[in-house]
Amino acid sequence: MSTNNVETFYDDYVIRRFSVMAVVWGVVGMLMGVIVASQLAFPELNLGLPWTSFGRLRPLHTNLVIFAFGGCALFATSYYVVQRTSQVKLAFPMLARYTFWGYQAVILAAIISLPLGYTQAKEYAELEWPIDLLLLVVWVMYAIVFFGTIAQRKIKHIYVANWFYGAFIIVVAILHIVNSAAIPAEWMKSYSAYAGVQDAMVQWWYGHNAVGFFLTAGFLGMMYYFVPKQAERPVYSYRLSIVHFWGLIFTYMWAGSHHLHYTALPDWTQSVGMVLSLILLAPSWGGMINGMMTMSGAWHKLRDDPILRFLIVSLSFYGMSTFEGPMMAIKTVNALSHYTDWTVGHVHSGALGWVGFVSMGSLYFLVPRLWGVKQMYSKKAIELHFWLATIGVVLYITAMWISGVTAGLMWRAMNDDGTLTYTFVESVKAMHPFYVIRMIGGLMYVSGMIIMLWNVIKTVQMGQETRARIPSTVVHA
Amino acid sequence: MDIIDLRSIATVAALVTFVGIWVWAWSGRHKKDFDEAARLPLEGDEE
Repeated sequence: MSTNNVETFYDDYVIRRFSVMAVVWGVVGMLMGVIVASQLAFPELNLGLPWTSFGRLRPLHTNLVIFAFGGCALFATSYYVVQRTSQVKLAFPMLARYTFWGYQAVILAAIISLPLGYTQAKEYAELEWPIDLLLLVVWVMYAIVFFGTIAQRKIKHIYVANWFYGAFIIVVAILHIVNSAAIPAEWMKSYSAYAGVQDAMVQWWYGHNAVGFFLTAGFLGMMYYFVPKQAERPVYSYRLSIVHFWGLIFTYMWAGSHHLHYTALPDWTQSVGMVLSLILLAPSWGGMINGMMTMSGAWHKLRDDPILRFLIVSLSFYGMSTFEGPMMAIKTVNALSHYTDWTVGHVHSGALGWVGFVSMGSLYFLVPRLWGVKQMYSKKAIELHFWLATIGVVLYITAMWISGVTAGLMWRAMNDDGTLTYTFVESVKAMHPFYVIRMIGGLMYVSGMIIMLWNVIKTVQMGQETRARIPSTVVHA
Repeated sequence: MDIIDLRSIATVAALVTFVGIWVWAWSGRHKKDFDEAARLPLEGDEE
């Protein structure tokens, strides 16, 4: 650290800010999840006010956890990984700072507009057109910074994590532009550019690829850097990483129609979605196996490294939910599972188990390094967070499985004379205990996140913003 | 040639491209390059 030449240092300014905000939004978004879960168990908690009703707060919960928590974690890690694996400073550092402030502005706009009832009424794409435009500007700046850094890289080979991050950035841009296409009627009010079943197909083409590219590709990028880093060994099979990357790219795009089984969508389109969803199991498990096998010969490290445990358990949940997903895409299974809590459980085993855990593990790796300290303030707190989160997820998803299958079976039960055995409200009553269990699971999960926030604040106070040096040795590859 | 032909060609071309990538990655000629690439995360910072 003797020279003052800026070019010999990585630029981590914006990464520090995104990392802290990821944890802050994680707490806020998961707390919002516990609130809406409590409202389902105890409807009086809607308070009888439009702004605090389930219908308005639920999209706020999903936007906060997916885009605010997940998004900030993706910004932070992608800016970190692309610099380290390209051995070059971030391109356009000022533009990177604008992406931070711009993205926080989008999140704030969501927090204000969704409770006020402004919505495009498309799941995971609720934000109205002026906010959509702001997000588009931020996203273009993000792409310029990320690909600009790749263009200036000192290493010939583009490491696989960057392929995943790159695919995430490009595809999310395409999805956002196509699905948010709308005709503005007035300030904060617009109508979709598509009508009828086409609108539904565009929405679920978007929706499932948001899962595939926002919640999968981006976080696989994280996995391909932080698992080898924390395990201190290279990824198990590099060629497998290439093949499963392209497998995911070529397959995910077709799977969205499984969200529209038994609807007005043409039957063949539903079947295409089902078959391609089944094929998706292969590239998904390719990634899971590749991450897991990176641990081979180093499994003992799991015993006393809670960060590694976060990363590996995230891969188990990834494997589990990418097995469950294709199964639920089979029409006959979907006939039972769709519109029940099974779907909600599936989404949360992916979101809490995979996306949450891999982000937490990566952030626990990042924070001490970004503030120039050896490790997090409290390792015991990471342990506690790990167990709270694990038990929380398991409670959550098992409650939703039982609740979902119960409701699905009750809805299809018929008497000999062809009348329904149960009224709808009887199924709601049957679901009630599991709603309470789900609420407790969520409460445990967010408690872990609050402990993480405390631990991050303590670590930041302990250290100081440091500049990391770019290695001077020229690497092959 | 109508739009259906174009779509069919694009679909088959995508499949052929994917299989081509698979064969390329598995051919073994790139083992040394891949091994070096796999080490990139471990060499990116001074610790």
